[in-house]
Amino acid sequence: MFLDYYNFEPLLAGIHAALCGVMPEWAALTLEGLAVGVAIMLMYAVLAVVLIYMERKVCAAFQCRIGPNRVGGKGGLLQVPADVLKILTKEIISLNRADRFLYNLAPFLVILASILTFSCLPWNKGAEILHMNIGIFFVLAASSIGVLGILLAGWSSNSKYTLIGAVRSGAMIISYEVSIGISVLTMVVLCGAMDIQTIVAGQADGWNIFKGHIPAVAAFVVYLIAGNAEANRGPFDLAEAEQELTAGYHTEYSGMHFGFFYLAEYLNLFITAGIAATLFLGGWMPLHVAGLDGFNAVMDYIPGFVWFLGKTFVIVFLLMWIRWTYPRLRIDQVLTLEWKYLMPTSLVILLLMTVCKVCGLTF
Amino acid sequence: MNGFCKYMEGYFAGVKSLLTGMRTSMKVFCEKKITEQYPENRHTTLHIPERHRAMLVMPHDEEGNNRCVACGLCQMACPNGTIRLTTETREVEDGKKRKFLVKYEYNLGSCMFCQLCVNACPHDAIRFTNDFENAVFQKEKLVLTLNKK
Repeated sequence: MFLDYYNFEPLLAGIHAALCGVMPEWAALTLEGLAVGVAIMLMYAVLAVVLIYMERKVCAAFQCRIGPNRVGGKGGLLQVPADVLKILTKEIISLNRADRFLYNLAPFLVILASILTFSCLPWNKGAEILHMNIGIFFVLAASSIGVLGILLAGWSSNSKYTLIGAVRSGAMIISYEVSIGISVLTMVVLCGAMDIQTIVAGQADGWNIFKGHIPAVAAFVVYLIAGNAEANRGPFDLAEAEQELTAGYHTEYSGMHFGFFYLAEYLNLFITAGIAATLFLGGWMPLHVAGLDGFNAVMDYIPGFVWFLGKTFVIVFLLMWIRWTYPRLRIDQVLTLEWKYLMPTSLVILLLMTVCKVCGLTF
Repeated sequence: MNGFCKYMEGYFAGVKSLLTGMRTSMKVFCEKKITEQYPENRHTTLHIPERHRAMLVMPHDEEGNNRCVACGLCQMACPNGTIRLTTETREVEDGKKRKFLVKYEYNLGSCMFCQLCVNACPHDAIRFTNDFENAVFQKEKLVLTLNKK
């Protein structure tokens, strides 16, 4: 009942009814699909700009610098839009002996995986875009398409740097998907549901990280580490070990094709954080403390999408903190960390969570 | 069993050192930033460390006397031939002959700020300042005469 001021469902149903009044239903559905698609693209682009700006500022602060501060007034606010405009004007170079078709396809596969998972995020009550009863499973499956894009990019560029970079990134992402999968499974055990909206709705009386206490916090940490690797970001940014690999799998890309890889990297960061916020911090659910009714009522007045974005950006900050603290790992260290430490840990956490759930030790 | 203990030991030592790293970087995050926004803060918050070496000067007292005894050690110490002393020998009151400084020429353009001259000076007659805005349009202007008389 409490979140009904900000429920998007009546509004969307109203729009649908109004459209159906002036055109047949298939046309209304097509039009709505197009509008949603455009909205996703716009949100995708705007969030990328925001994230890149945030990354540059946060990274600067961690290195005792100020960051961009000249373009567009005091805070350097127009720096990233200017960079975006620049990259849009650049030429897309076609390579001489590359596999033309796969070379052009690869960035689209990467961005497709990113957009598919992006559409699953629960923005608000009634504002989910892709909604299905195995939502979180779909997210895991769709995010794996990105690996295919990375491997194709490396292979089709016909260069040793891209090939080695792609194989390293691919090995890393596939390995860390195991940890991500198991820590997501831990939360699925706790919620008893795979549907993202049900997972969020189940956290109305307390976020999962409080409900699942010790195993949930541990799973959160494992998820963050593996998520950082999944998004190809430091300390797991092997692809960017420029001394040995120049720029890894996207060395040979230019212009907007490179831009797609870059965009997908930042949005994967956002998606990782968004899924973490959904699974552990209650998605769009406001913070409720049992017994403080006045406080809870005030929290309810903050719209769901503000909660969701706020939590997501807090986790994004955490991920950036990790990224700008640790030096890059070598490929064998990356795989050792996953197979000898992270995966056993996540299995133990899964077991612990199951035992807690069965014995009724969760809240 | 020993292997397992070692594994767990390494595990917790690793986690501990990772947390130390996170704490250190958060401390830097909260610190005041050291970036100098140079042309803008030139007259306000610009901070050049005292030890920064940007120009050789010869301090003078109120009457315009310096402490240079024209020994030429700085000239000999200079690896670049940046310092050129012109001296003359005069007879002082008690009949002894002594060298006096006529002109102390310092070429800022060829100086590499190694501080060997300052270290060589037995009377602390010269020192480096952090006055760094020394760009000029003609290189002749970089040849400075440091003594006032």
